Amino acid sequence: MTRIDFDIAHLLAGSLVLMSFLQLYQDRLYALLNVYALHALVLAASVAWQAFVQDAPHLYITAAIALIFKAIVIPVALHRMIVRLGIHREIEKVVGVGPVMLAGIGLVALSMVVMLRVTHEADPLAREDLAFALSVILLGLLMMVTRRNAVSQVVGFMSLENGLVLAATGAKGMPLVVEISVAFSVLIAFIVIGIFLFRIRERFDTVDVQALDRFRGERR
Amino acid sequence: MSVTFNAMAGLLLIPAGAAILLALLPDYRLTARLNVLATALTFVCALSLFVRRPEPNTYLLVDDLNSTFVVLTTFVGFTTSAFSLSYIGHELETGRLTPPFVRFYHAMYQVLMFAMNLALIANNIGLMWVAIELATLTTVLMVGIYRTHEALEAAWKYFILGSIGIALALFGTILVYMAARPVVGEGLAAMEWTTLVARAGGFDAALLDLAFVFLLLGYGTKVGLAPLHAWLPDAHAEGPTPISAVLSGLLLNVALYALLRFKMVLAANAAALAPGPLMVTLGLLSLVFAAFMLYRRRDIKRMFAYSSIEHMGIITFAFGMGGPLANFAGLLHMTMHSLTKSAIFFAVGHVAQVKNTQRIADMGGLTETHPVLGWGLILGVVAIAGLPPLGIFMSEFLVVSSTFARAPLLALILVFGLLVAFAALFLRLNSIAFGEPRGPNGKTNASYVPMFAHLALVLMAGIYLPPALVAWFENVAKLLG
Repeated sequence: MTRIDFDIAHLLAGSLVLMSFLQLYQDRLYALLNVYALHALVLAASVAWQAFVQDAPHLYITAAIALIFKAIVIPVALHRMIVRLGIHREIEKVVGVGPVMLAGIGLVALSMVVMLRVTHEADPLAREDLAFALSVILLGLLMMVTRRNAVSQVVGFMSLENGLVLAATGAKGMPLVVEISVAFSVLIAFIVIGIFLFRIRERFDTVDVQALDRFRGERR
Repeated sequence: MSVTFNAMAGLLLIPAGAAILLALLPDYRLTARLNVLATALTFVCALSLFVRRPEPNTYLLVDDLNSTFVVLTTFVGFTTSAFSLSYIGHELETGRLTPPFVRFYHAMYQVLMFAMNLALIANNIGLMWVAIELATLTTVLMVGIYRTHEALEAAWKYFILGSIGIALALFGTILVYMAARPVVGEGLAAMEWTTLVARAGGFDAALLDLAFVFLLLGYGTKVGLAPLHAWLPDAHAEGPTPISAVLSGLLLNVALYALLRFKMVLAANAAALAPGPLMVTLGLLSLVFAAFMLYRRRDIKRMFAYSSIEHMGIITFAFGMGGPLANFAGLLHMTMHSLTKSAIFFAVGHVAQVKNTQRIADMGGLTETHPVLGWGLILGVVAIAGLPPLGIFMSEFLVVSSTFARAPLLALILVFGLLVAFAALFLRLNSIAFGEPRGPNGKTNASYVPMFAHLALVLMAGIYLPPALVAWFENVAKLLG
């Protein structure tokens, strides 16, 4: 692998972490979905680059799934859904931007420390990729715990899943990556359909998941 | 290509074929019976593993460890489908479920059996992950099938927590592959159980350690270990009762099986951290936590869901202690728990139907109004609380005594947790089974056969364990290390 190949892969994986940070402070759902689409776009580019560098044509399928399904279909579907649910103007926040960003920086530092230490035998590309992937996963989790709106929690989960795909493609020659990314896409499709079919708003009059706690079996 | 019958293919193809068939057939009386037939055939397939074991290939594997799990899974799957026959009939009569939903339910039941069998016999850690994900998806759909506020909330919670769990497990799986790749080389071989265990000695220990932490958190969520258990009581309480029985009796075991396999990989590497203490800690935490939670329960299915957390804690603890005796106790306890807990859910399902509620406060005097059901439930609770002469007493006794020999302090915590749970269960049982009859007295066309069949097996195991079974368990316990 030449120097420039590595640098481009590094750049793309790093941009994915940057996109995760951008998601953290979006307080309107439209903006959040747009950033998520960008997140998926960067992932598609990153996976496609890995496919090229590793000479692994099957990874192009994963890249295509990321591009078509995650960067186009899902954001468009969610856009329509939040309009239909009438929550597109909602603004939500649990903790302020400052603490969340600081926590995010801490998590990225943590994943660098952990992953770079344990993977010193692996090749540098896989090493960097895994460290970035863990950052994206942890940032996705952070987003899920700081949001109360079901839609933004789902966006958090989807960006977490993008991190997993990045890790799987970074692990050179890993079999079943395509199958796993398909399985994950099915999962995400189910979640998105779930938001709509369960009609969380209709049933609970809100997509604020804290209100769901009221219905738990033993608090009546 | 051999044209002879392959039991591994049967375990997967029968449920898969049945799922398609059941989705297509409109008549629910027929499909409910076909559902029983398909699970019975799958069980026969599983039994045939003892007679002639198929050779492992790149994707599938049958060995002593997973054939134990497969037989248990298919057996409880079969009896639960028999219970579901009368349960679903009642739900249709009362209109809680409509025929299209029943059709969907039966197809999903078979998909779930397929996914669990695949997870158990997969020889590939990636394939196993996909199977567990599929099992999660199908159970989410079944938990939400009643479409009430509570059911949807439970399904959503299970969905989100379960998804995070399997996402973390996937990261752990990728790390295991990364650890194996330099030694085994690229490709499928680096994800096969057979290769992983055989060559784990050369893997990078630090990577394996990190991988196990993610796997423990990920699959541990699916096992229902505290503090990752939050989805479990809701999912058990709000779904149809046959699904509660399958969740408690089987799906938790499947996730535990995944953990045990990864534990074997770690055990084969001398430099890696010992997974035992982590599992012991989580196990004890789950046991004591769930034991106290049992006191405040007002919903009967939630109560037994917490009891499942308690018992999964005991089982994880036993496997975490390791060694032939503790592993033996863990295996026995797992088998006994699956049988007893599904029997209890069979009873609870009918109790909730005749009383038309799940609130403990609204039921009472069950032994007077419905003697067979009432005494069946009592027998089940006596068994699950660990009273002699039933099977769980024996397995719990083995866990406790093997722990006392090695770590008396841990054994004290264990006994404390068991006693707390024991008292809680009897406190609640008293108000359900005895006293003035309360609440409505619907009649039921319950089938008691599956429930009493399970309880009879548990009773038999408590009095006399056949030497062949003991030898088999000892053998598997040795494999687990």
